[in-house]
Amino acid sequence: MRLTDEERAMLAGELGPVRRWAISHQIAVGEFFDAEDLVPVSQAHIMADTESLGEAGVSFLEGLAAAPETERRVRVPAITDPRGIDFAVYRRLGQTAAMAALEQRAIDVLRTFGVLMTDTCINYQTIMAPIRGEHLAYGDTGVVIYSNSVLGARSNFEGGPSALAAALTGRTPRYGYHLDACRRGTRRYRLTATVRDLSEWGALGGIIGEACGSYWEVPVIEGVEAVPDSDALKHFGTALASFGSVALFHMPGITAEEPAFSGSPREVTNIGRAEIEAFLARYAAPDDNVDVVVFTAPQLSLFEIEAVARALDGRRVHPDTTVIVATSPEIKHAADRMGLTSRIEASGAVVAQGICFYQSYAREMAEANGWTRLMTNSAKLVNIIGGYGYRPTLASLERCVDSAVAGRVL
Amino acid sequence: MPILLRCHKGIGPTVAGTALVAADNFSARYDLDRSAGIFSRPTHKLAGQSYADRILVLDTVKGGVATAWMLHEMKARGIVPRALIFNRVNPILAQGAAFGGLTLVDRFEGDVTQIFRSGDELRVDPTAGLVEILNRDS
Repeated sequence: MRLTDEERAMLAGELGPVRRWAISHQIAVGEFFDAEDLVPVSQAHIMADTESLGEAGVSFLEGLAAAPETERRVRVPAITDPRGIDFAVYRRLGQTAAMAALEQRAIDVLRTFGVLMTDTCINYQTIMAPIRGEHLAYGDTGVVIYSNSVLGARSNFEGGPSALAAALTGRTPRYGYHLDACRRGTRRYRLTATVRDLSEWGALGGIIGEACGSYWEVPVIEGVEAVPDSDALKHFGTALASFGSVALFHMPGITAEEPAFSGSPREVTNIGRAEIEAFLARYAAPDDNVDVVVFTAPQLSLFEIEAVARALDGRRVHPDTTVIVATSPEIKHAADRMGLTSRIEASGAVVAQGICFYQSYAREMAEANGWTRLMTNSAKLVNIIGGYGYRPTLASLERCVDSAVAGRVL
Repeated sequence: MPILLRCHKGIGPTVAGTALVAADNFSARYDLDRSAGIFSRPTHKLAGQSYADRILVLDTVKGGVATAWMLHEMKARGIVPRALIFNRVNPILAQGAAFGGLTLVDRFEGDVTQIFRSGDELRVDPTAGLVEILNRDS
């Protein structure tokens, strides 16, 4: 790779061992993907939940953090993805003191780098939305696909170590979605149905994601007649990224970039009501008992929180069912101030901040609480959670709430 | 004479071991019980099988960034694949292999899930971009 004088100095250790680790890691990844150089980034978004880091990851960070402050401080604003523990509710969810202690160590060490603990996967809705053409090192797949597609920013999926490395060097290897050549459409789909709610936007993302099945595919979705709102494209994008590892999509006339195709125009695949219903049916479990109903993945916007509050007003969650609503600290504070949290909690539901269900020791929570049947309006969550031993059902927010009150899948 | 296959230059040290192959995809978060060291996702073609110390041969990588940390954590506990062979990976697996010091190669001529068979004895040289099947003749 072509390096600037400053990058060579980092690699030689002249700016300390922390930045030498960071740029060495970036060069290894960059060479794997044939990157010619590094590109400056304006922000980094670091996924660092302790279920993923484990003791080994936290100890690694603590080792880096032993360097002097000038050698370890991030060079661009660096923010965090959801954490594993909300200290206010973790005991109620069956998480342990040992998990909370590891979480506190991770928080403490990330702060020593100057990382801002935003604990969110909806930073594009709540912290600072990227600008078209802005190069970033973002570390949640849903954040990346939304920023690339809806906003026209430029990021690859950056896992926690790579996003931290980008924050420490202020750049990232220039490959993949930093390059014009990778941003052209490779597959064409046409929507022929009206998408009714967020669970169906997620289902649509899941259908296209499974069909694409590769990080390097860029689907173009035509036929979207009514402009979807931010929450709709949030659920669509996160499911597309989850089921297909896709990092960029185009919706002509709606998303940021005109979707030039790579090579000759592609055949169109229609997706209609039958395909959406078939996708939802894969997760159907009529009349089964429901142990836990989860609203997150991605964390809820203020509008989604308000919709949950409206659906639960004046109702009680069934005593054998737990309802968990997870959002970012910013939205939680707003929900507290606007009385939404108290309306939701009056039903018996739990409102957590700064976490996401699948990043919060989901297997251990299932074992501690005896949870198996999970219901959610998040297609991303149903895709992930099967590996943790859950049997998930995907349904609209309203059906999820009705089922939580009844204690069985309606 | 062992079968010799070329691929893109990879990441990590040269290793040898036994292949575990499936025409399926991979995510450390979605697919594994990392404590038990087995594939836990019921619909995965390797469900119930141990990945510890095997050379995993799979198609591609599924969504999710957690694998970048998790490979490092798995290696620290010693319950980890010996190497990873894919048709084509996403950035997360490459980042995870680089961070965790694991061996990873991809981009072969042909489909790796057809070329390799479970039980093949393989030698993977990422620096040269070469994989040898040691127990089959060309």
